[in-house]
Amino acid sequence: MSELPKARIATASLAGCFGCHMAILDIDERLIELMKLVDVDRSPLTDKKRFTERCDIGIIEGGCCNEENVHVLQDFRRNCDVLIALGQCAIMGGLPAMRNAIMHSDAPLRECLDEAYITGRYIRNTTHNVPNDPALPLLLDEVYPCSQVVEIDYQIPGCAPSGDIIFDTLTKLLTGKFRGFEPEMIKFD
Amino acid sequence: MSGTKKETGFAFTIDGVEVTAYAGQTIMEAADEAGVYIPRLCDHQGLRHQGSCRVCTVKAGGRSVAACTQPAAPGQSVENETPHLNKMRRDLVEMLFHEGNHLCPICEASGNCELQAMAYRLDMTETTRFPYLEPCRALDASHPDIALDTNRCISCGRCIRASQDVDGKGVFGYVGRGIHRRVAVNGEDLADTDAEVTDHAISSEVCPVGCIIRKRVGFVTPIGEREFDKGLIGHEIEEKRK
Repeated sequence: MSELPKARIATASLAGCFGCHMAILDIDERLIELMKLVDVDRSPLTDKKRFTERCDIGIIEGGCCNEENVHVLQDFRRNCDVLIALGQCAIMGGLPAMRNAIMHSDAPLRECLDEAYITGRYIRNTTHNVPNDPALPLLLDEVYPCSQVVEIDYQIPGCAPSGDIIFDTLTKLLTGKFRGFEPEMIKFD
Repeated sequence: MSGTKKETGFAFTIDGVEVTAYAGQTIMEAADEAGVYIPRLCDHQGLRHQGSCRVCTVKAGGRSVAACTQPAAPGQSVENETPHLNKMRRDLVEMLFHEGNHLCPICEASGNCELQAMAYRLDMTETTRFPYLEPCRALDASHPDIALDTNRCISCGRCIRASQDVDGKGVFGYVGRGIHRRVAVNGEDLADTDAEVTDHAISSEVCPVGCIIRKRVGFVTPIGEREFDKGLIGHEIEEKRK
């Protein structure tokens, strides 16, 4: 095993809750085993904000709800050989995608922002404005799954995925043994 | 049903396994008794067969037929667990996911949901090729004991048949045609009907998804300890066969 060159991986959290990154930590002591196989490049786990070199695997948590998410995702696609969507938000939009249809409105984003910042019963927003600072990334009309923005090579399902399925999939991919998931491991919740 | 069983059966095969059927039995009924699971969504034990979801499609004599409505025939050779059929079933299930708003992480039925369980069994894990339709659908919480979240309805019609045939009521019915065909309540809203929480149509086993919700019992069983967390859908049928 030791003669294998280490693979480089990168991770990012887009429109997610960081739960999938927490789930990466659910790998527990096997992280030591995993770290023998990989070096971590750009990731919230290393606090590196930019790619230092090309990576073998990019892991994306969350879908795209704003333009910054799209830029990060495109940057990952450019810099990673294999891109993995981790968890339901990255796969199908997840909880943030609730704003796409469930608001029962012709302008779901407007209605969502109005309720969140202006009309909601439990809001104390003295400005009575939706935040519009130029530093805030522009929201997209809808929340998009990663696969609708760039090509995604693998998807690891779950909300959040178990530490087991993440560890299993990553180690199998790194050793060229990945042949799909055991049906019992697949969970969408 | 029990009367027909006294007749002598005839044999046919499913994926090469010999199965005994009796006159009038469908392929699926014979398969269930023999411990061969054929995936299904719109069919439910005790309800009239409908044959609308096509997830139970098998090849009989080279033709695609719905196993839940097609009568078994002597000597027939039926294909069930083939890569081709399972891929078609997976596509059907995936399209059902895309046709409504199926957000498993927020759904009370997650873990008990047959649509989700079918996606697990059929390995619906690859990047999707279909667009999400994201329709705007109504939530009907008018009834004191029952709520309907039609975002999750897959139009299987199990509640329609249960209400008509078992409860003798007709609370639900189909409206519209083609892709616009939906399950609707027979009234202004659910409170306007004679639906009761004790109806068979409202019981948790009839609605395969999280559309018909009984109020005040949500999350009694935590996520992770639910029906399809314990085993794949269909395992109890497959366990009949040794």
